[in-house]
Amino acid sequence: MTSGDPIRDWTQGEAAIAYQHCGACGAVWYFRREFCPRCGTREPATLQAGGRGTVYAQTLVHRAPSEALRSRVPYLIVLVDMEEGFRMMGQGDARLAISDRVLARFEWFGDTLVPYFRKREE
Amino acid sequence: MSWISGVGLTPFGKHPGRSTLDLMSDAAAAALADAGLERRDVDGLICGYSTTLPHLMLSTLFSEHFGLEPRYAHAIQIGGASGFAMAMAAHLVVESGAAKHILVVAGENRLTGQSRDAAVQTLAQVGHAVYEVPLGAIIPAYYALVASRYIHQFGHSERDLAELAVLMRAHACANPGAQFGEPITVEDVLASKPIASPLKLLDCCPVSDGGAAFVVSRDPTDVSRVRILGAGQAHTHQHVSAVASLTQFGAEASSREALGQARVELEDCDYAAIYDSFTITLAILLEEIGLAPRGGAGRLAREGHFSPSGRMPLNTHGGLLSYGHCGVGGAMAHLVEAQLQLSSRAGKRQAGSPRLALLHADGGVLSSHVSLVLEAAD
Repeated sequence: MTSGDPIRDWTQGEAAIAYQHCGACGAVWYFRREFCPRCGTREPATLQAGGRGTVYAQTLVHRAPSEALRSRVPYLIVLVDMEEGFRMMGQGDARLAISDRVLARFEWFGDTLVPYFRKREE
Repeated sequence: MSWISGVGLTPFGKHPGRSTLDLMSDAAAAALADAGLERRDVDGLICGYSTTLPHLMLSTLFSEHFGLEPRYAHAIQIGGASGFAMAMAAHLVVESGAAKHILVVAGENRLTGQSRDAAVQTLAQVGHAVYEVPLGAIIPAYYALVASRYIHQFGHSERDLAELAVLMRAHACANPGAQFGEPITVEDVLASKPIASPLKLLDCCPVSDGGAAFVVSRDPTDVSRVRILGAGQAHTHQHVSAVASLTQFGAEASSREALGQARVELEDCDYAAIYDSFTITLAILLEEIGLAPRGGAGRLAREGHFSPSGRMPLNTHGGLLSYGHCGVGGAMAHLVEAQLQLSSRAGKRQAGSPRLALLHADGGVLSSHVSLVLEAAD
């Protein structure tokens, strides 16, 4: 990502999911960096994801990490394989199961806007 | 080659008023006494870290406190695998000739030295600070995500996982130092409080106070003749979001390296010391290393395979799940027990006369792997 990159995502308070792509080797990944972790090429493209994916793993959390979040349990945490080819963690509808096809929206969790996945029908 | 010439282990559980340095000192004194060594004999010191005593230089802080002036000293941090990484480093250093007797030591008042929420939040930081922690993830949730996928692929039931908790508790009941000494049943595990599905409270190791230590020596002493024959590591990722597969980790590569160095086969081993932070951790590590078939760890536990009288005695001290987990000292307790078993000093827990032990620990979320092979020498 170069300075002044217009793509902002939920980790910066925007209702969006961003990922990165290396034009040199084709690698796709989620955690933002200034270089490709596979081939080292600098200034990878930062792109906005469409929010569609498939549930890879899920857990319903009953034990909150802090007093402030105690009222939110239970909440579902998912790993989702996104259509663009990267995997991400999000929250989701408690009824989600592995292999469900999902779409991301955004919801407040404490004072953070987080990706929240729901089942999509097609 | 190197020798584990002495071991020391405190009871795990609550040690109110005892600090990190107190618990490290207790374990270190016990290990030196066991080895028949004096402080002046120790020329190397390797320690880990303590979440209740964060410090830039824990190795020299402890050396000064305990009364050591080592020629070689440092700390190591790779989460739960630290204790075995410290043993591996000590093994390599004494082989190099840089030290003769290295004291490897850890201790922490993780249970009584901080609030429960503080412990949970500190441990959650092995997750990604930007992309994972804000979602409300805690350590059991990271492992529960792994569990959901692993079970999806290999078909364990929650009952299968519970068998491993029951096994560790049965072993702990024979060990007065264990945090938990009341027997439990599969039904108890299934009925325990949900933490992060499919993991319930009794699928999770406790937070403990405790200390553990051992001495790694270049030459054998008269007391107990147990040597490190091989050691291996594998580090594949840090975060659960970044793992290529939740059904294939670094345990196979790490254990294969250690066994290869030792020039032995897995089938030659007759004792196992395997990290068990959660029941799913133990199932995955046993199955990936090859000590149980995929999906079969719980069944083998139920059949007595991992009991002291079974084919492959496992964590006979009670493991992290029931002896307890004080941080770096948690896995070190597995090594202490393996050394006692190989030197036929485990008392009423003695599991026959094992000669060759495979040890394995992971740190993070199955991120860092360290394997060791120990042998009883004649």
